Amino acid sequence: MTSIMGHPAGGEGIGYSFSQPTAANVKQHGFYPYTDNGGSTLGITGSDFAILAGDTRSTSGYNINSRMVPKVFKIGGEDETGEGAQIVLSVVGFAADGDALRERLDAMVKMYKYKHGKPMSVSACAQRLSTILYEKRFFPYYVHAILGGLDEEGKGALYSYDPVGSYEREQCRAAGAAASLIMPFLDNQVNFKNQYIPGSGEGHALEAKKAEPLPQATVEALVRDAFSSAVERHIEVGDHLQVMIITRAGIQEVFHPLKKD
Amino acid sequence: MPGFDFSNYNRNAALHARGVPLPKATSTGTTIVGCIYDKGVVIAADTRATSGPIVADKNCEKLHYIAPKIWCAGAGTAADTEFTTALISSNVELHSLSTGRDPRVITCMTMLKQHLFRYQGHIGAYLVVAGVDPTGTGLYTVHAHGSTDKLPYVTMGSGSLAAMSVFESTWQPDLDRDGAVSLCAEAIKAGIFNDLGSGSNVDVCVIEKDKPTQLLRNYEKPNERGTKERNYRFPRGTTAVLNERVINKEDMKKYVTIENLSGDTNLAENMEVDS
Repeated sequence: MTSIMGHPAGGEGIGYSFSQPTAANVKQHGFYPYTDNGGSTLGITGSDFAILAGDTRSTSGYNINSRMVPKVFKIGGEDETGEGAQIVLSVVGFAADGDALRERLDAMVKMYKYKHGKPMSVSACAQRLSTILYEKRFFPYYVHAILGGLDEEGKGALYSYDPVGSYEREQCRAAGAAASLIMPFLDNQVNFKNQYIPGSGEGHALEAKKAEPLPQATVEALVRDAFSSAVERHIEVGDHLQVMIITRAGIQEVFHPLKKD
Repeated sequence: MPGFDFSNYNRNAALHARGVPLPKATSTGTTIVGCIYDKGVVIAADTRATSGPIVADKNCEKLHYIAPKIWCAGAGTAADTEFTTALISSNVELHSLSTGRDPRVITCMTMLKQHLFRYQGHIGAYLVVAGVDPTGTGLYTVHAHGSTDKLPYVTMGSGSLAAMSVFESTWQPDLDRDGAVSLCAEAIKAGIFNDLGSGSNVDVCVIEKDKPTQLLRNYEKPNERGTKERNYRFPRGTTAVLNERVINKEDMKKYVTIENLSGDTNLAENMEVDS
């Protein structure tokens, strides 16, 4: 029997739009395979370089697991130091899944080199990472990944992913706990969003400031400023900043101190 | 009937049962401590206020005045610690006036616990009460449900375990003033650096018999903000002006009363801002 009023019959009270049918007296067992380890990552590209950075704090709840757990990894290196790698992967979210994902992609890129006798291109690696993520569509790697390197023309390349493999090539991207704090800063300072050329017109007719690739020194400073500001307002970000700079000469890794409170 | 208005309680419980989340209050993460010494008592607190994982205030005050020689450190819901201590402070002063005696710490602690017990933990105030009175020094903790403890050294808040580890490893029974102050500061710093809910600076309050109470605001500042590498000043005209309209003082007088001040900049309190 259906109710005339459109409410589900059965005396459940008012049918709120947000109400969900609950099975009463059913013991629900929980299995929670995921945890959030906090932290934040960020990537910016230039005309002949790509920079990926991340803080090194690992958290659970209000606790600090460690002050030195890197989130940015070299992919496809010859040994465990990552020597000879040309691609960098950053992962933020659930650290265990991040490690597993890094391991898989690293093995993949190495196998490609052994089979084909040439290093994998960043665009090919980007497509493969997407496939790896979508393979686990219904038990995802709980991470926000960013892949960086140089494309076939030698220009900086950056790809960002959602946990199930949707990806896009971008100029810059912030991910993780403080993404909502850093991304608007990047929109304004890298792509010059909401900035107009002074005196170029009246009201809406004002000419917008055009985005162009930034020099490496500027991007490095922007990355450090973005993180030192995120540390001020987000409790899960801090301790150290790990920066990977990918150029034709190879990958340079630098650590900077961040606030530890 | 004075007190809280519970008229929306049933409605909210029904909404909550159907999956509507409760609104979020500021700050549960905090480190507060207290420690007695030969002639008095010290309490200390960190200065971070949080709303979820976001830092709401980097330099807030968690040491509250109750009476000239009774002070309170508060953890838990910011509004609850603020209003509860303010209410008890008023009642303690009225009680002192009516009895003609200096207020006692145990009186204040009893008033707090009875108030909090009445609200069955719904007032989320977790307090460290300290002071000196004619009976000697007093140091207590009061939990939101109304339970209390009397101890020579105490910690509360999310950083209480980190802070207590300092007390348990380095506390001694015969501390002097400076020893107690630095021990409390060390305990707070353990919370600041090892508990994500605590951070920024150390506030200290020293209460001693026959001496004026000292509130050492920002006694230690171990987390000063660094300078930015780039300059983020925009050239004038960077923001688009969509329309412009000038309203002069004469037009304003139609709607509000305007009083001209002397122009002395000290008339209004300056707001605390980052460098």
